[in-house]
Amino acid sequence: MGIDLPLLWAIIILFGVMMYVIMDGFDLGIGILYPFFKSKEDRDVMMNTVAPVWDGNETWLVLGGAGLLAAFPIAYAAILSAFYLPLIFMLIGLIFRGVAFEFRFKAAEHEQHFWDKAFIGGSIAATFFQGVTLGGFIHGIESVDVYTGAYTGDDILHWLTPFSVFTGLGLVAAYALLGSTWLIMKTDGELQQRMRALTRPLAWILLAVIAVLSVWTPLTHDAIAHRWFSLPNLFYFLPVPLLVALTIYHLLSTVKDAHAAPFLLTLVLIFLGYSGLGISLWPNIIPPNITIWQASSSSQSQGFALIGTLLILPVILLYTAWSYYVFRGKTRHGDGYH
Amino acid sequence: MVELNALILARIQFGFTISFHIIFPALTIGLASYLAVLEGWWLRTRKPVYQDLYHFWLKIFAINFGMGVVSGLVMAYQFGTNWSYFSAFAGGVTGPLLAYEVLTAFFLEAGFLGVMMFGWNRVGPGLHFLSTIMVAIGTLVSATWIIASNSWMHTPAGYEIVNGKVVPTDWLQVIFNPSFPYRLVHMGVAAFLATALFVAAVGAWHLLRGRQQPAIRKMFSMALWMALLVAPLQALIGDFHGLNTLKYQPAKIAAIEGHWENHDGPGMPLTLFGWPDMSREETRYAIQIPRLGGLILAHSWDGQVPGLKEFAPQDRPNATIVFWSFRTMVGLGVLMIALGVWGFYLRCRNRLYHSRAFLRFALWMGPTGIIAILAGWYTTEIGRQPWTVYGVMRTADAVSTHSALQLGISLVLFVLVYLVVFGAGIAYMMRLAKIGPILNEGKEENLGGPGQLHQPMRPLSAAPAVLEDEARNADPKN
Repeated sequence: MGIDLPLLWAIIILFGVMMYVIMDGFDLGIGILYPFFKSKEDRDVMMNTVAPVWDGNETWLVLGGAGLLAAFPIAYAAILSAFYLPLIFMLIGLIFRGVAFEFRFKAAEHEQHFWDKAFIGGSIAATFFQGVTLGGFIHGIESVDVYTGAYTGDDILHWLTPFSVFTGLGLVAAYALLGSTWLIMKTDGELQQRMRALTRPLAWILLAVIAVLSVWTPLTHDAIAHRWFSLPNLFYFLPVPLLVALTIYHLLSTVKDAHAAPFLLTLVLIFLGYSGLGISLWPNIIPPNITIWQASSSSQSQGFALIGTLLILPVILLYTAWSYYVFRGKTRHGDGYH
Repeated sequence: MVELNALILARIQFGFTISFHIIFPALTIGLASYLAVLEGWWLRTRKPVYQDLYHFWLKIFAINFGMGVVSGLVMAYQFGTNWSYFSAFAGGVTGPLLAYEVLTAFFLEAGFLGVMMFGWNRVGPGLHFLSTIMVAIGTLVSATWIIASNSWMHTPAGYEIVNGKVVPTDWLQVIFNPSFPYRLVHMGVAAFLATALFVAAVGAWHLLRGRQQPAIRKMFSMALWMALLVAPLQALIGDFHGLNTLKYQPAKIAAIEGHWENHDGPGMPLTLFGWPDMSREETRYAIQIPRLGGLILAHSWDGQVPGLKEFAPQDRPNATIVFWSFRTMVGLGVLMIALGVWGFYLRCRNRLYHSRAFLRFALWMGPTGIIAILAGWYTTEIGRQPWTVYGVMRTADAVSTHSALQLGISLVLFVLVYLVVFGAGIAYMMRLAKIGPILNEGKEENLGGPGQLHQPMRPLSAAPAVLEDEARNADPKN
């Protein structure tokens, strides 16, 4: 068989996770930004910019999980059981925030504040623990049985390190920036102006996070340092920090009056960070040393699932785009209340 | 006393989270199809009553759908967190099925749900109807894949074991495994029936309060037609399903029947009630009807089926539990058939909306569809034990190697969170149900239209956040 199925599947899963990070990123970001906007009307508008699409956004997370189980069951078993507690905390965060979309508008007025808090707490918790898991993942999973994928470590807090806490906070900053720039695009008036003001410090914070991670990661992970700084890799990767700087510069200069540009530039920024991560870990699916080929399911499993994915994914992208198109345009203050 | 080890805790957690989860998809499946029918009839007849009902049930559907999504997300990850050996062992089969579910169902639902809920005036009626249909199809397709995967765990087929891992050899056999058609039809019909009972109960509640409005009568009437049609059908399907189970999982049938050993001579009796005692290997206080068991199960006067003693003690499911969960399901099923028939009788005498005794009965039957689904689910899943993949992988070998502490933490968290979140959600659903349909007679513009709104509001925001206002509008007495 000439097709490298594990390679194709790795690309599909990377794509799925990136879609998730971008799309659920901005709707989680809205929850993270909620504390800065106290008025009920502002919060209604913010939530309504994503209400019709958030469910689809989150589906990419399920696709990532299902794809991983189908194509790399050992990695699915190892990663999910190794990061047991942070993933449980993430799920609980997603529960609170997912139902807040429905419940907040159905609650009597004196109960609404509870679902506002659930939305804030759930969004921050889900984001933070995703970031913690990411940090732990970069760090690598010890005590994995390469044959059964079983995680056999007995330290239930092994994932909690200064590095993973930092990546958790870093992801909160990243999603907050996605959220604020999304809202610049989707709102107008005073709310939009306040989003513009908020975006500046957020962009600087994210730049700092990226800078710290770029130093911290190779310092503590020899394999990644080797990957980055050996020749000729260094020359290929050198443009990445330059592109990051350029993107942030453009972001800060368009944030004054543009509508869509800041969001698009934030997407570029997220994509750069994401590809940097991919470059660092490739081709390991369970860092530090289990590759996509070692963790693969049979070609019967991968082939069967691949056919459906290649046929259906383009259709999904089409109707998802249609759904965004139906709900295009600005969301306004006070709409629907009269 | 059962020791609270990691395996028991993982099983409790799975049972707890899936028991909550299963309620929501069941109602989602039923309500989505109901909404499609309502919108279809509205487009065809232009009678406002259908539009009013559509908007009313859409709100309840939306809450229910949201709860289904978040509880389902937990399920998708629990296979990896709690059952990692199972995932690594059988992921080659269950993974692609789950991936197809996401691709063909979840995205379909999610993509069209937004338009269905908020797009009433943003797209034309045809496109909106299409969105409702897509969501309804999505729920059914989703059930099909997940039941294919679950059925495969009951009656595995189309695979071989290579290097200690399941490798699919024939996907058609994997999907259309021997118990799949029975489970799919039984579960699908259960979803429609449970939804019909729920809708009927809401109608009965309003009728009992004297709200003899066309919309309320209409939904009550539609629901009772459904119950009349589907409840007896479900009994028939259940019988076929039972025969299939006898063929492939005889230990489960023996446990359901509290049947320990075969005697020479007459056919197996049917045990109506009793207390299957696992340690004494007998069913105590049994009330039996001679020969009827053999007649039902083997369809023969002298029929015999294997008794529990023909299976090694470590291969027997817990008869005490499945015996009673099965009887709960069947008993409620009988009441559902009675509801349908009684309703039909009253309908013929033009008393359907007025008999208070019947309306009260219909009200009390409201949650029984859900209870019967749970009881049936326990019967089939606990009856599968001690296997995760029947005859292939034991549950004890499927569980992750976590400490009891870690599983205990997550279990406590899930119980607390589920009770708060889903308790509130069910309370909101009930609150909406109590308000009833708002009778716009199709005249009032639904908010969210062009020029008025650039972004749709949540369904209920169409009437402002204060529910009490809406209750006043809905109640003609005020």
